[in-house]
Amino acid sequence: MKAGTERKIKFIFTNYQLYLLLFPTIVFFVVFRYIPMYGVQIAFRDYMVTKGFLGSEWVGLKHFERFFQTPDFWMLIQNTLGISLYNLMAGFPLPIIVALLLHQLNHKGYKRFIQTTLYAPHFISIVVLVGIILVFLSPRHGLINHLIRLLGGETVFFMGKPEYFKSIYVLSGVWQSTGWGTVIYLAALSNISPELYESSIVDGANKWQRMLHIDLPGILPTAIILLILNSGYMLSVGFEKIYLMQNSLNRTTSEVISTYVYKTGLINAQYSYSSAIGLFDAVINLFILIIVNRLARKFSETSLW
Amino acid sequence: MNNKLKRGRGDLVFDIINYTLLTLGMLMVLYPLYFIVIGSVSDPNAVYEGRVYLLPRGVTLDGYRRIFKEESIWTGYGNTFLYTFSGTALNVVLTISAAFTLSRKSLPGRNFFMFMIIFTMFFNGGLIPSYLLVQRLGLIDKIWALIFPVAVGPWNLIIARTFFQTSIPDELCEAAYIDGSSHIHMFIRVVLPLSRALIAIMVLFYAIAHWNSYFSALIYLRSESKYPLQLILRNILIENDVSSSMVYDAYSVGEKQKLADLIKFGVIIVSSIPVLILYPFVQKYFVQGVMIGAIKG
Repeated sequence: MKAGTERKIKFIFTNYQLYLLLFPTIVFFVVFRYIPMYGVQIAFRDYMVTKGFLGSEWVGLKHFERFFQTPDFWMLIQNTLGISLYNLMAGFPLPIIVALLLHQLNHKGYKRFIQTTLYAPHFISIVVLVGIILVFLSPRHGLINHLIRLLGGETVFFMGKPEYFKSIYVLSGVWQSTGWGTVIYLAALSNISPELYESSIVDGANKWQRMLHIDLPGILPTAIILLILNSGYMLSVGFEKIYLMQNSLNRTTSEVISTYVYKTGLINAQYSYSSAIGLFDAVINLFILIIVNRLARKFSETSLW
Repeated sequence: MNNKLKRGRGDLVFDIINYTLLTLGMLMVLYPLYFIVIGSVSDPNAVYEGRVYLLPRGVTLDGYRRIFKEESIWTGYGNTFLYTFSGTALNVVLTISAAFTLSRKSLPGRNFFMFMIIFTMFFNGGLIPSYLLVQRLGLIDKIWALIFPVAVGPWNLIIARTFFQTSIPDELCEAAYIDGSSHIHMFIRVVLPLSRALIAIMVLFYAIAHWNSYFSALIYLRSESKYPLQLILRNILIENDVSSSMVYDAYSVGEKQKLADLIKFGVIIVSSIPVLILYPFVQKYFVQGVMIGAIKG
């Protein structure tokens, strides 16, 4: 034990240069990731700029209680969870299906062409994506409404109708990220041993059967890991896209926790109150992640830890 | 024999369905992108009235001419280049050097540091404490506010570490030490030349993220002269705030809106050009990067 410690200390001294390479990164994580975690205590205080993190008065759970009692609370939870679940149900299986299909495509050149096209939207910025959505859905001269009128329908004011918001958000996300989502599954598929295919062909299995009985089980562990990782972000629907898609007409379905935190915190400067909401959000997320990971460990062989 | 025949027919049906589905999916992804391209060179009246579907009509470069004359776009372009370049440089240097150290299996404290880094992927202090920190550090309205708070991405660090673990064996390093090289010397002379693919992946991952980001700029920057391209784009595309200098010659509100739409299509293309140029490399290296990440390290 003592000899082990001594050896370690000796290692650290003789290899100080290795730690030197690591040092700036550790400083970064401490300053920009751990200090804000320490600073989150303002959620339990009435933060005053002049008094600082520690000097501000301790008020316990006051801000949390206020949040739970605000009339917007249930709307926020409902919108955030609703969008998350919708997104998961539409966005999670599709890359798996597309990857399975792509994997069975024999023509290499055509496969590559399709992949190149499907990946492209991933590299479009969120601002541009939302810009595209707005141009296409514009009520008077957007392409979609031109088509609707051409088919004899009535003009639809998509961005002004709260009932369309979730679908627009989720489906545009599917358009943007399905292709890129297949990459990780294709990587897993390429690791499946060719012997499995050979013996299944000898046994008379057709492509459909091979896909179902070899490919699908082959990517299941990857799918489970991704599902667990996704579950850890259940209550944190990305701020960036929602914020750009929001307007006063669709707010009843588009306001989510992250946009609410931004507005109360940075626009209205209620630092403590919105920190409390952010903390509530982060804790619930961590909690869901732990539960899902435990379930995954129980019902399958795969888990994060 | 019979079996084989049956399989053959089943596979043929499968292939037909498969090709059809994937081709349809591909067209659904491609068409909106294609439409923006033809929209940006078509007569705005034709787009406005819904006469443009498959081919451009009344081809014009008017939209691009207006964009090229608009100063704010080029200031934004310049700013974004600066932020992307300096941000990426810092990102790559920090990520790669830290990942190399963390890839050495004999390093005391390795698991502790890894846990410390990975934990931040699942829990963080949130928007407000981070904002207050940046404010305290006096970085508001400084370019550093866009660079320091995102100096290292944990996910990229994991990818880089996995790369080093699988491609730079401990023995290679030990051999170098026996020859009397120091760690830093050996990192620069031996490890980096072996890691060109990884460096390319990291540069592209980080650079695209910087190029496309608008949120940090939205909350930390105050002066418009420092706005990156994405914030300028936001004004034009989302707020519909096409500056009057771009449509000065429009004689009515309707006319102005038509020109504004033409400009929007063009701006989408112009802002994506650097990414489009890089796209072939991006695709190759991004896929490689995800593959490395897929080997659970």
